[in-house]
Amino acid sequence: MTTPDTQAVASPAPPAEPPIAVELCGITKTFPGVRANDCVDLALRRGEVHCLLGENGAGKSTLMNVLAGIYLPDEGCVRVGGDEVAIACPRDAIDVGIGMVHQHSNLIPTFTVLENLMLGQGEGVRLSEKKALEGLKELSATLGVEVDPHTEVGRLALGQQQQVEIIKALWQGSKVLILDEPTSMLTPQGIADLERALVELKKRGLAVVFITHKLHEAFSIGDCVSVLRQGKLAGHISADVLRGKTKDELQAMVVDLMFPGEAESLAHVAELRGEAVSEGSRRRVSDAAVLELHGVTVAAKRGEVGINEGVSLTVHAGEVVGVAGVDGNGQRPLAEAIAGQRPLAGGDLRLLSKSVKRLSVGGRQRLGLRYVSDDRLGEGIVSPLSVALNLVTKRIGAAPFWTHGRTQNNKIDENARQLVDEFNIMTPDVHTHAGALSGGNIQKLMVARELCFAPKVVVFNKPTHGLDVKTTAAVRARIRALADGGEAGALVISTDLEELLELSDRVAVLSRGRLMGVVENRPGAEREIGALMIGETRGG
Amino acid sequence: MADAADGLGLPVGRGIAHSVIALKWLSAFWRAVGPVVYALIAGGVLLLIMGRNPIAFYATTFRSGLFTWAGLEQSIIRLAPLLLMAAGFIVAFQAGLWNIGGDGQFLLSAAMVGGLGAPMVAVMPYWLALILLCLIGFFVGGVWTVIPSFMKAWYGMNEIITTLMMAFIGINLANILIKGPFLSTKSLVPQTDVIPFKYLLPYVPGTRIHVGIIVALVVLGMVHYVQTRTSYGLRLRILGANPKAAVHAGINVKRDIMTAFALSGGLIGLAAAVEVLGVWGYVRADWNPAFGMTLFAIVFLAGLNVMVVIPFVAFFAVIQIGGHEAARQAGLPNDFLLLLIGLILFFMVLTEWGRRKAWLERDRRRRGRRAGGSGRAAEGAVTNE
Repeated sequence: MTTPDTQAVASPAPPAEPPIAVELCGITKTFPGVRANDCVDLALRRGEVHCLLGENGAGKSTLMNVLAGIYLPDEGCVRVGGDEVAIACPRDAIDVGIGMVHQHSNLIPTFTVLENLMLGQGEGVRLSEKKALEGLKELSATLGVEVDPHTEVGRLALGQQQQVEIIKALWQGSKVLILDEPTSMLTPQGIADLERALVELKKRGLAVVFITHKLHEAFSIGDCVSVLRQGKLAGHISADVLRGKTKDELQAMVVDLMFPGEAESLAHVAELRGEAVSEGSRRRVSDAAVLELHGVTVAAKRGEVGINEGVSLTVHAGEVVGVAGVDGNGQRPLAEAIAGQRPLAGGDLRLLSKSVKRLSVGGRQRLGLRYVSDDRLGEGIVSPLSVALNLVTKRIGAAPFWTHGRTQNNKIDENARQLVDEFNIMTPDVHTHAGALSGGNIQKLMVARELCFAPKVVVFNKPTHGLDVKTTAAVRARIRALADGGEAGALVISTDLEELLELSDRVAVLSRGRLMGVVENRPGAEREIGALMIGETRGG
Repeated sequence: MADAADGLGLPVGRGIAHSVIALKWLSAFWRAVGPVVYALIAGGVLLLIMGRNPIAFYATTFRSGLFTWAGLEQSIIRLAPLLLMAAGFIVAFQAGLWNIGGDGQFLLSAAMVGGLGAPMVAVMPYWLALILLCLIGFFVGGVWTVIPSFMKAWYGMNEIITTLMMAFIGINLANILIKGPFLSTKSLVPQTDVIPFKYLLPYVPGTRIHVGIIVALVVLGMVHYVQTRTSYGLRLRILGANPKAAVHAGINVKRDIMTAFALSGGLIGLAAAVEVLGVWGYVRADWNPAFGMTLFAIVFLAGLNVMVVIPFVAFFAVIQIGGHEAARQAGLPNDFLLLLIGLILFFMVLTEWGRRKAWLERDRRRRGRRAGGSGRAAEGAVTNE
């Protein structure tokens, strides 16, 4: 609010600006323990893509859920075309022309595209398939996308599902379209398709809200940018300002809004550099394999994709191998099979050239295999136990924390204080129960637990998913340091391609439970990876 | 209270801190005792409706269960099996294993101990026989959990169903044993042979209370130690709190499910052995004290803590012993006691629900107050625009 540019939010709109479609006035929303939105004003204009930036937990999604009728605001109101409207439920929002595309698909996977569109029509008893088909054709033509109306939604790639969601929102007559982190699940090609579609939508006079935490997306896609911080509107960059500034200037402005007074210390954080980074490997990788997968297959549990085709992959000491792929393409089965939490259906797994296929989870841990789960609360920690105990849950019964089965609490606490310090885990005390920590600190706790006691290979599953920028940087630095040490290797499974390009020496691409290929991380790797991802998703 | 002081910006000194701690303890105490008091009041109303004097009823209950020496002795004697059984339930429940079949494990152990008791004391020194019989009780109770725990550990089968089914089988198998191989020829009613009185568990010196209570307290201390101070205890706690985390941490979940279940059943079997060897000396067919169901409520009231459970079980023992006499004097059936226990359970749930609701409400109000100022300021800003 201090820089003159950001005061644009308070100044009256110049007449040249397009008319306001929807206005949020003084929205306040609290949950037990959090003030998610604190008196936020926001004006969405027709024909504009309005980017909403902010860290995780800044209140972006909450604000939009208020607009979409999912939450009722404690205070404040919504104005559509200047009139105050009461939005008490999603139906009300749809009726006034507000459509939301959530981060996770809300389509019914076993229904066809057409059936999903006809759902929620509610006009009479009889459904007119012919009319629906015509409408779909028209909309997909406008958006420049091609969707087979009779395909089951579950068989579509996530990018296509998202297109269907957008079509559905338009179908319902939306004048305002909210996209909640639409790029987080997309391949690079998918993002390009989305950008093209957004241009078409703007031409049709739609107001689009684009939620993201990636700066470069905000600058390339958005017409104007609003930044939320701790539930408050930290600042707004109007369309004029956005056009008139260079990328670096904009970036400095936004970083200052998101982290006031910390811009200096965050200069090195790659995600804030405003563009996707692809650093080639600068590390010296040894020839010693720490983890070898030979034709590994894993049976799928209900409703998931297993590893159908033998995956063969080697991780060397001093190497970070990334596994790219859109979520739900066999990542978790692969990670759990390596960790020993579920059996291999076929193939062999070697740790330091020794087959560990028959070893239990604990047995593999003792040999130096570590697994940082992506399911932090579900299995990563035991919420009611203290931070100190959670740091040793994988060493139960082992010296020095236990002697002859007796718990040595002072040793456990000492270990915890050291790790809390070293890994900068924010906790009131080592005896605080771990469930009270924030997601980022829980992740740091898990990373600390896996990285101590000389690991040989660490499998990270979505290591920075849902973390704020600073914690993300800290976790990535740890992964890099692990490999730089030269003793251990890391297998990083992530849906965030930028993360993999930043960290990995090589990137393997997983799609529909198959290993599509392994790409050396060098300039241009992004395109190769994207091609591997798309090659399968289009065909399957 | 801590929040209130915080909100007012009071310097929280040592004195206040102490009183805050005291209040916390008090509220924890009331949370446990409140339901009992409400249940006694509600039970009193019922007694009034039935034309009995509730004050006289409760007075008799506590007099004959607690404030007479004989009554107190009876209560303490009853305490022994109840405590062991409670410990058995807690071991399983803490590990997230729902051993619902305690009564089956209890009766089968009782039948084995009762049936083998008389022949064993006849052929060996009685102290050796008593020790062996206690071990047999422990063993039988533990073995009776093997099928459910195996099904649970290997196939993920719901142990609530399997332990309950095994309890039906266990109870009836106990009757078959008593009416079959263990049937006494010296008695008219179907029962086992009687262990001579002099061979029963010895008394604690100076009392007529058998040593079962000491066995129970020692076992409880051991269970508490294992739960809080050993790696095994931590493993079971993790298993109970988050089974997926247990797998993730590399804990041998199958082994721990089997051992925790066996320990649970074993302690319940030991409870049966102590009751048979300390009080009865024989087991009659169709005998079923059904301690299990009421103990469920009690172990939860005590928050699954083997130390906290002692006063609760003691209270229950007093109600059982004293209430029996009170019900007799008031001309009421013994079932009235079960009704009281049911009321306690009911109020326990109600108190917990009320407490949560009050906490949420208070939290909301506090935030509302803090938000009030800025909210109004915001409205002003909007109208100015």
